[in-house]
Amino acid sequence: MHYYITNNTSTEAVAIKDIPEVEYATLYNDLKERLKQEQYHVAHYFATPDENRLMFYIVLLDDKEHQIMLARFAMEYYDDIALPSLTALHPALHPFEREITELYNVHFGSMPWDKPLRFAEARRNRNSTIDNYPFYTIEGESLHEVNVGPIHAGIIEPGAFRFICNGEKVLHLEIALGYQHRGVESEFTSTNNRLRQTLLAESIAGDSAIAHTSAFAAAIERLSDNAISDSLATERIVALELERMAMHIADTGALSMDVGYQLGQVACEALRTMTINTTQAWCGNRFGKGLIRPCGTNKPLTKEKVEMILSNVEQISRRYAEVSDDIQSSPTLLSRFEHCGIVPQNEMQRIGGVGMAARASGLLRDIRSSHPWGAYNTEPRHDSCTMHDGDVMSRLKVRCEEVQQSAQRIKSLLEGYTTSEKHLRPDYECNLKPSHLSFGLIEGWRGEICHVALTDDKGQISTYKIKEPSLHNWLALALAVRGEGISDFPICNKSFNLSYCGHDL
Amino acid sequence: MGIALNTLLMLIVAISITGVINRCRAILAGRKGLPFFQHIYNVRLLMRKGAVYSTTTTALFRIAPAVYLGSAIVAILFIPIADLNPLISFEGDVICFAYLLALGRFALILAAMDTGSSFEGMGASREALYGALIEPAIMVGFATLAMFCGYTSFADIFAHEQSFNLHLTIVMLLTAYLFIKIAFVESGRVPVDDPRTHLELTMIHEVMCLDYCGIDMAMIQIAGWLKTASLSMLAANAIAATGCFHWWFATPLAILLTGLSVGVVESTQARNKLVRNTTFIVTISALAALIFFIGYLLQLNINI
Repeated sequence: MHYYITNNTSTEAVAIKDIPEVEYATLYNDLKERLKQEQYHVAHYFATPDENRLMFYIVLLDDKEHQIMLARFAMEYYDDIALPSLTALHPALHPFEREITELYNVHFGSMPWDKPLRFAEARRNRNSTIDNYPFYTIEGESLHEVNVGPIHAGIIEPGAFRFICNGEKVLHLEIALGYQHRGVESEFTSTNNRLRQTLLAESIAGDSAIAHTSAFAAAIERLSDNAISDSLATERIVALELERMAMHIADTGALSMDVGYQLGQVACEALRTMTINTTQAWCGNRFGKGLIRPCGTNKPLTKEKVEMILSNVEQISRRYAEVSDDIQSSPTLLSRFEHCGIVPQNEMQRIGGVGMAARASGLLRDIRSSHPWGAYNTEPRHDSCTMHDGDVMSRLKVRCEEVQQSAQRIKSLLEGYTTSEKHLRPDYECNLKPSHLSFGLIEGWRGEICHVALTDDKGQISTYKIKEPSLHNWLALALAVRGEGISDFPICNKSFNLSYCGHDL
Repeated sequence: MGIALNTLLMLIVAISITGVINRCRAILAGRKGLPFFQHIYNVRLLMRKGAVYSTTTTALFRIAPAVYLGSAIVAILFIPIADLNPLISFEGDVICFAYLLALGRFALILAAMDTGSSFEGMGASREALYGALIEPAIMVGFATLAMFCGYTSFADIFAHEQSFNLHLTIVMLLTAYLFIKIAFVESGRVPVDDPRTHLELTMIHEVMCLDYCGIDMAMIQIAGWLKTASLSMLAANAIAATGCFHWWFATPLAILLTGLSVGVVESTQARNKLVRNTTFIVTISALAALIFFIGYLLQLNINI
């Protein structure tokens, strides 16, 4: 089958007419075979109305050849032919097909379970609400159901967890999300104000503000033919790696807290504060809001800031190494983390896990090495860290390792960095090319983030689709706790640390 | 005079242990930490609040905190502080003490089941299991003391001045260690339980009190302090009996023994996986049996 082939270093958007329009049967047969191979995975698959048709776009990633493959197919608006479901063969596609079904009432034949994905505002079936969520049930004398949420203790976002337990052992966990749905995607198309759109991108998921804004900026820059300078690309990657360090350190602390290990918790909390304060000293916001702007920047790195970042990162990486050694050699912690919440590699691939959780299961999914952009294209190439056990300990080790890698990356990028005199200011007025498709593909700290923007014939964004890595990985969490004690759910959950609002959009 | 002092000191011990634990944790974490009496302020605050009851609960739920606190209050009145006499003392009060603690626990378990919440049901089932597993350790521990000293009342066991005696020292030190271990379990501390956690699914004692607030919560917390204090005081008495058998030695010892050991363990160790708690507690019972056996052999006056 013919795809439009591009890659993550391209600086141009793709004209929609250049994307080959195929028959669904062709695509189905092609994907059926391709997705059996580990090198392919689907980054995005969505439908959008196009005059009186429904146009489906698919963004397929080839990790081995570093290619991004695009294709589309159409369906007449009043067709009610059931398309055969790909989810039945490759469960990795379940969130995409469920979303299409929810939004457009397109039913895929033999779809195992097309329950609603996030109860989007624009859903077709208004009777399907979050209050009548079709929870899975099992009958049995000795079984009991434990419902946790949707309102949780502390500052956790809303989401309902329904456990079916046999005593203390979890047989099944079902995660019901959608409580955080804000209609982010439609907000993007409801305004032409680029600054507003940028601020929206910053608030898709608060803990990945830099990653999402980078993906948005990349999509806009491709659409407006504004290739950014190397120094700006470098700054964005430094910011992204700072975000990764901060979140990985915070999660190490949170894991320590959940098992009642106070020393690890307080040490990591202090280090995380130091990391986000570094970002704050750079751009005025601890989470990097205001730092990434399309086509330019308001917060260029100065010589003093470079020195400040370098010395802070050096100190953080040294102190974090001590904490992580301590955690990895403490018997009481090892007995909690090892062999707990296992997701084997084949399961991870089947459900389409991405990011650090996938790498902890031995599945190499890392946009930095498979589809490098910006400074990841220069030597030394990013060498992704993978573990094999897929348990909580592996996910913790991946975090420990990646913090050091990020520190190393920031160091190597900034040591040879010369602050350029003239920095472009952000451009909120630039015209976008009409009838084009553009994407932003970034490896955030949680995993791959894929934004896709479509413009109409007047050059305005007509469709904006966002994919957060949590969309795939929530299912991994549900699999991880199967057969575990219910009291180990919190550490399994924390080891993934998935986003509710990123999933619900 | 001695009896009044004894009761007063027991209350001081009960109040101070939590303060010492919090200070110890704060220092080890490099934090400024809570004021020493913060837990008292918290309880005072709770006492001023009204209570809200779920519509699914019955009278059982409302009575339980009073039973829990009442049993704990009566229980500490049995405990002597070294050379002082306790308020209540009779033949066999060791048994009464153990089952007063059990009664309090039983009331709380029933109340937790009464709420119909799935969390509290799980908490109740865990508490019942651990309570049943720790009971042999408590009983065998008391049996060791009773057999070795020849009395079945705390006042008599500790009151009769013992001259220095190697056999007594060995048994008393081992028993003290056993009681500290039991205090960890009974007061729901790391590694068995974590009183600080916010995760309902991992809680044991805390989850049973989720539906309580105000004065009921205050009663449950005070009862917890009293329980810890009584076990800690038993351990301190056992140590004091080996040499310096005076109340001015046993009182600070009781505070520091539990305060410091809990503080250090909670700062440097992670919690057990829940399934391993049973092993942990059964090991304490095994230890109790071993100490009983040692006590028995020593009493036979075998030369060692």
